[in-house]
Amino acid sequence: MMKTIDFIVVGVGGQGTLLASDVIAQVGLGAGLEAKKSEVHGMAQRGGSVISHVRWGEKVYSPLIGKGEADFLLAFEKLEALRHVDWLKPGGVALVNDQAIPPVAVSSGGAEYPSDERFLAAFRAVTDRVYLIPSLKVAQEVGSARVNNVVMLGALSALLDVDEAVWRAAIEERVPPKFVEMNLRAFERGRTLVK
Amino acid sequence: MRKLLSGNEAIARGAWEYGVAVASAYPGTPSTEILEEFARYPNVYAEWATNEKVALDVAIGAAYAGRRAMSTMKHVGLNVAADAFFYASMTGIEGGLLVVSADDPAMHSSQNEQDNRNFGKFARVPVVEPVDSQEAKDLVGAALDISEQFDTPVMLRITTRIAHSSTPVELGERREGPPPLPTYPRKFEKYVMLPVNARKRHPVIEERIRKLTVFAETFPFNRVEWGDRSLGIITCGVAYQYAKEVFPTASILKLGMTYPIPPQMVREFVGQVERAIVLEELDPFVENEVKLLGIWLEGKSIFSGIGEMDPRTVREQAIAAGLLPESARKTYIVPDVGSLPGRPPVLCPGCPHRGFYVITRKLKLPINGDIGCYTLGALPPLNSTDTCGCMGASIGVAHGADKAGSPERNVAVLGDSTFFHTGMPALLNVAYNNGKTITVVLDNRVTAMTGHQDNPGTGRTLQGQESKQIEFEPLLRALGMDHVETVNAFDLKEVERALREAVKRDTASALVVRGECALLPEARKRYVPLRVDQERCNGCGLCFRVGCPAIVKQADGKAFIDPLLCTGCEVCAQVCGRKAILFRAQLHEPSDV
Repeated sequence: MMKTIDFIVVGVGGQGTLLASDVIAQVGLGAGLEAKKSEVHGMAQRGGSVISHVRWGEKVYSPLIGKGEADFLLAFEKLEALRHVDWLKPGGVALVNDQAIPPVAVSSGGAEYPSDERFLAAFRAVTDRVYLIPSLKVAQEVGSARVNNVVMLGALSALLDVDEAVWRAAIEERVPPKFVEMNLRAFERGRTLVK
Repeated sequence: MRKLLSGNEAIARGAWEYGVAVASAYPGTPSTEILEEFARYPNVYAEWATNEKVALDVAIGAAYAGRRAMSTMKHVGLNVAADAFFYASMTGIEGGLLVVSADDPAMHSSQNEQDNRNFGKFARVPVVEPVDSQEAKDLVGAALDISEQFDTPVMLRITTRIAHSSTPVELGERREGPPPLPTYPRKFEKYVMLPVNARKRHPVIEERIRKLTVFAETFPFNRVEWGDRSLGIITCGVAYQYAKEVFPTASILKLGMTYPIPPQMVREFVGQVERAIVLEELDPFVENEVKLLGIWLEGKSIFSGIGEMDPRTVREQAIAAGLLPESARKTYIVPDVGSLPGRPPVLCPGCPHRGFYVITRKLKLPINGDIGCYTLGALPPLNSTDTCGCMGASIGVAHGADKAGSPERNVAVLGDSTFFHTGMPALLNVAYNNGKTITVVLDNRVTAMTGHQDNPGTGRTLQGQESKQIEFEPLLRALGMDHVETVNAFDLKEVERALREAVKRDTASALVVRGECALLPEARKRYVPLRVDQERCNGCGLCFRVGCPAIVKQADGKAFIDPLLCTGCEVCAQVCGRKAILFRAQLHEPSDV
């Protein structure tokens, strides 16, 4: 069967996961591949856990990726990364924003946020390719916490064999004109965070 | 030009390209974006109707007048619009009529996962199903042609994974549809469904389905893709993609029209493969249609009819049924992550609904809820909704409980848009039948849950025109409520006083709890994050129980307010017994955010 590259993007509603998955899908098309993207709207957006699927390939059929079959897990929040670790295939790549957003159950004291040890142990059972990215910090340095998602895209781009110009074009197309420059700087910084 | 479009965007594009002139809908996930997108195209009329039944009537009227028309809705919307759907099938139309039903397998945003292809068969309306965005666009054109050729509404049935998946689409140009007829049709026998005419129409629509069955044999969206003949898969919708992915060498009969199915094509296909199966999401609809032809095959005995499919579950169910060898199984590692704190959707920081539920929890009132963001008040820590069934159910259910002699004072709670949708007739019913239900309209000035659509209360239409802004108090009085009061949603004392007074009264009353959705642009301008005086806070935890994401319990047990999340709604400040959470007026130094 023809090879596809499969991305799962997860985060908390409002973190820009939808924009990020839009860009990844657009880059796939820009690289001359077929691309499909699937996500869920509505109730999930109200601060809930969100997940979207993006697939690239010469030919892509299903818009959904099977659990445990993703090549890349791009996570904008650590608890969400952990919740979705089972989407990653053995040996797949996890890129995780080193940020904790405690859900209400935790912030109100009713539950505990999982420790970094628990987090790393779970990921290491699946893969040794786990990157913790200080993306929020870098985004704030670039100018706004809101470009957090694009810092993460920069990091992801460093691991993929697609011309940087294709990424930049996809970002320019998706963000409001007055924020293009800041987003491109965020992307640039992101690219340097992963080797 | 090739562009990535979601299924919903593609349907909007198709409606524009194929000459739809009038479209009407009520928002509902996963269908909402179709009308939002369509409304932006030139030379079309698009509106948010007050509910799906009204929306479909509007589209039917436009189609009677000779234009191409469309009504879009989520699956349960068609329950509301079912009456219109059935009569439109009986009368037929003049211009093409497309009904889009967006079903929600896995219930991402719904109360059930009904399979609306059953409605197609039920009403004798043909059903087409796309496998991706390109087909979604193309089938809009094909469906409108079928509609005009066979004098019938046509259902375009999609599911969440068609609606919200983006796949490449080739864009085309607008082809104008037919102009309005010079005179409104005056065809008594066709359009006036008195029994005398309806009796004549029933054989007509049965004959129509028979003709469509013949048509389906050559419908280009029904096609066979021959492969290895040891396995033949009949499939449709997004399940086609899973079939191609999991069984790359099998023979496939892809049905673009799932009602009626093409009998000859199915027979020939099944006859030429060793083993035939049906792969479809939700109900065994195609499977049963095939079985009615006298052909035995398997479908739901292999693949679950509950929830969504994906390539992995299809593969594993196929292995279990012996359709694929054990060696097809992939390796998975499922690490033990222990139990993780959930992250369900929550009322946003600054949500106008939160304070109301803090009070109803305190007063221990039985709450009959409804469909909208405010349904989230049912979840911990507010736990403040006792029933929730469907749009507009709150008032009737509360009234029924009252009439049954339920000893507590029942409260019906629903949002502004839901009240316009189906709350109004129910409230009139309370007034007429001497009910005593307390009806609370949580008026956040917008249809929020589906992503901020306009409604009769906002004073703006879908296409951005100013319109009459409906006021709740006169409306509630006109519906028979003698006691009507509007209170500020963020003033907990007022909300509590008004509710207590309503409970004391022996007659029905209506309360409008008014507060703008915190995500509206105007509301965002007013954000002022509050602060906790750490000296006064003793960590009692009362504020945690309002369930606001902005309030964080620190290591010492005291509260901290996240300035990036807090809007300054002051609900927590009013709850704090130690006056430790400072009100806006007490924040001496200007905020640094």
